[in-house]
Amino acid sequence: METIAIPAINFAPIMPEVILSIFAMVLLLVNVFVPSEHKAYLGYLSLVGLIVAGFTLIGGWGVPLSAFNDSVVRDNFSIFFKGIFLLTVGMSILISDQYFKREECNLGELYPLLLFATVGMMLMASGTDLMTIFLGLEVLSVSLYILAGFNRANVKSNEAGLKYFLLGAFSTGFLLYGMALTYGATGTTRVVKIAEYVSQNGVVAQNPMFVIGMLLMAVGFSFKIAAAPFHMWTPDVYEGAPTPMTAFMSAGPKAAGFAAFMRVAIIAFPSLKADWSDLLWILAVLTMTIGNLIALNQDNIKRMLAYSSIAHAGYALVGFTAGNAEGTAGILFYMLSYAFMNIGAFAIIVLVGKKGEANNNVMDYAGFGTKHPVLALAMAVFLFSLAGMPPTAGFIGKFYLFSGAIKAGYVWLAIIGVLNSAASVYYYLRVMVYMYMKDPVEEFDWMKLTPAVAICIIIAVVGVLLPGVVPAFLLNLAQQAVLL
Amino acid sequence: MTSYPILTILIFLPLAGCLCLAPVWSRRAAVRPIALGFAVAELALAGWLLVTAPGMPTAPGAPAGYFLWEDAAWIERFGIRYLLGMDGISLLMGALTAFITVVAMAVSWRAVTERTALHYFLILLMESGIMGVFLALDLVLFYLFWEVMLIPMFFLIGIWGHGRRIYSAVKFFLYTLAGSLLMLLAIIGVYLIHGDATGTYTFALPLLAKAPIAHAAAPWLFGAFLLAFAIKFPLFPVHTWLPDAHTDAPTAGSVILAALLLKTGAYGLVRFGYPLFPEAARGFTPLLSVLAVVGILYASWIAYAQEDMKRMVAYSSVGHMGFVALGIASWSPVALSGSILQMVNHGVTTGALFALVGMLDERTDTRELAAYGGVWGKAPKLAFFFLLFAMASAGLPGLNNFTGEFLILAGVFRTTPAAAAIAFIGIVLPLIYTVRLVQEVLFQTERQPLQLPDVTLREGALLAVLALIGVSIGVHPKPLLDILKVPVALLTGTAP
Repeated sequence: METIAIPAINFAPIMPEVILSIFAMVLLLVNVFVPSEHKAYLGYLSLVGLIVAGFTLIGGWGVPLSAFNDSVVRDNFSIFFKGIFLLTVGMSILISDQYFKREECNLGELYPLLLFATVGMMLMASGTDLMTIFLGLEVLSVSLYILAGFNRANVKSNEAGLKYFLLGAFSTGFLLYGMALTYGATGTTRVVKIAEYVSQNGVVAQNPMFVIGMLLMAVGFSFKIAAAPFHMWTPDVYEGAPTPMTAFMSAGPKAAGFAAFMRVAIIAFPSLKADWSDLLWILAVLTMTIGNLIALNQDNIKRMLAYSSIAHAGYALVGFTAGNAEGTAGILFYMLSYAFMNIGAFAIIVLVGKKGEANNNVMDYAGFGTKHPVLALAMAVFLFSLAGMPPTAGFIGKFYLFSGAIKAGYVWLAIIGVLNSAASVYYYLRVMVYMYMKDPVEEFDWMKLTPAVAICIIIAVVGVLLPGVVPAFLLNLAQQAVLL
Repeated sequence: MTSYPILTILIFLPLAGCLCLAPVWSRRAAVRPIALGFAVAELALAGWLLVTAPGMPTAPGAPAGYFLWEDAAWIERFGIRYLLGMDGISLLMGALTAFITVVAMAVSWRAVTERTALHYFLILLMESGIMGVFLALDLVLFYLFWEVMLIPMFFLIGIWGHGRRIYSAVKFFLYTLAGSLLMLLAIIGVYLIHGDATGTYTFALPLLAKAPIAHAAAPWLFGAFLLAFAIKFPLFPVHTWLPDAHTDAPTAGSVILAALLLKTGAYGLVRFGYPLFPEAARGFTPLLSVLAVVGILYASWIAYAQEDMKRMVAYSSVGHMGFVALGIASWSPVALSGSILQMVNHGVTTGALFALVGMLDERTDTRELAAYGGVWGKAPKLAFFFLLFAMASAGLPGLNNFTGEFLILAGVFRTTPAAAAIAFIGIVLPLIYTVRLVQEVLFQTERQPLQLPDVTLREGALLAVLALIGVSIGVHPKPLLDILKVPVALLTGTAP
């Protein structure tokens, strides 16, 4: 009798993805039976899913494993990033219920979509085949398009969803075309095989098909991490999307973009590092400078943080340009810290905001410091961390990135980085000026602080201050997780 | 006795005070005594050290001159340590910090009526930061405290300030931050270059200073340090934040700014700048001397033209700190001791002057020179102190500033006579604007009726203590100079 040889499949490397997919599908079913005023339960259930997935992650630390014919891998690098994703999604879920209840679009589909987005991000981090990475990116993107436009009744949210979809689809096209050309030039989509091919055929860099493929992939990834000049979608999408989703998008998918970008650039084209670095420092300088300069005169705080998030991608690109252990570990550390500080800030924005995406201007924070001293203090901590002041995680992260750049000889890039950082302080201070130094235009309403949001803020404050004071543990983890 | 982590206590006691304010946040009556209690406890500890420490031997494991020493691992991956040490210089600066903090609390006792808890919280937080700056010997730890002390001052000026308080607060913050960020890069540069050369990657000052950097980048690195310190100092072309910050700051903010924050720049140059880059620093001596002298003359000139008392005192600060810079630039034992002594003197004198201007402002709600006159007749005690500190500021012999300026000039005459000769004019010029200040405020006939009650018991006691310190340093500076003798000799390499 003829038997079909079924290859032994090892699910261990994608265990978290499997668990989250199952949870997402179960949630879709359960959603039907949960009355709309109790959709929060779906949130709690998805948190359970995230925690379970988290447990399956921990065991894999330090035990590299690849499966599915080498198209996914479980290494420290992917585990570190998956940790960031779980955290990002978990914190965003914590601030979602209060927001969506207020906006009266408390739909249960939110949570499964978030989980699917997480699965996509995880595949991007652990994919070692261009196809797997692309698959992950598509799963993520499609979920994000819906999430950005989730507030159906709000015009800006609709605009954000549509804009994101159009530009995102466009950028995906670039990426896919780049992958196709790379495949055409090298005959493989496995990043390791591409690296082998490149090292065996040194002249490959002269092959225009390969070079264009590489560039197009860089463009595609730059869209995803919102690096200038491919950042145009960011402000509108971040401003229009529901605030918790903005929080999520600014931290999670950006980190996923970096994960995939780094794996492709560092593993597949190590011998072309010089060429990559030239491309990357231009991106870094543009991204930091454009992000910071435009953020300087933004009145809408979500928009301001959108530009600031562009600038922060620029700082991470400084570490990427350096390409050494410090620089890349710096990116890992920075992405984690950024998740804490940025989502923390967005949690406060959710609290201060009012129905219909109102009260989102910097001026609306006048008097916040006197009215809600504790929450304002938390906001100040997040803003100082974003500004890179010690003793916060933001400072240690920048320190790490810039020392990587200096060590690799990019002193001038580090100087541009710190000057940018100094300029950025202005717009973070502006929020604090309003919070503490201006009298409120109208009285602050009594603000509802649900336990979920409070927990999110506490996690964020701890996540910003603890690594700022005793960073040794996280630094070691980041160092163990670099690809080099 | 060194079994207690005294330095850690010095740094974190005020911070503990911050936390203790939280439970009584909205009760003004409870906030002030608690905050003052912590500040006084800190002062008692610092005072006790001032009395006992000079006789102490070098602490185990510490380089010569450091009688208190704490060393613990912090971020081992980068070679960053929790490294604190106290020698004579840190001792004087630490004692000054503890003292001025109490003064700052006392002057704002009545003046601050809104958000009192936050005010005292920030003052205590700042005390922690400044104390840390004076005690940290690891570059990253130093940088951390250096930045931490910025934040409370930003809020002090921005919340309780006058006039264009927000503009001034932001200007102060951005100006100093831009300088210090470049210093951060230089710190990383020192770490990498030193590590590559010696194989030990460390941020610890004693190790770094043992093998000074002979790399071609050394002048650039020193330049970055110098820029950060010059902004804090403030030296001539980068001083423009100071008049604004001082004028718009509340009294407590001005006192701390003048008496303490400016000192951190000079201290940083003495403690880190010169020992890390002895060669490069020599190359910068002419530049530093010229900037210092220009600053002395320019500031005196501008001060004369001011119509706002506070602005006038602020510009006088720039001049006085120019003398400190001049003494450091000459790097001779006499001038350097003079500079450090002058830092203490300036802290006491200018702190007192700002307190006095604050008292006048509190009473009459104006700081315009033209609005005053006849204060001597109305409030003789206040006027007496005003005259005393104004004269001290002008460098009258027998008062504290004279001793510092004299030592600086005596030292500088040996190394760069030309600079000293020009700077000598800088001793005369303050007399001109000080006489104008005193004449217009105290002795001029009363130009408009002023409600001017004399000093209260609290104010009088405060001013009397400041005056006592000023006079005793002026008459008998030897105890302080004795404390400085060993560290200055070690720094300048003239130890026997």
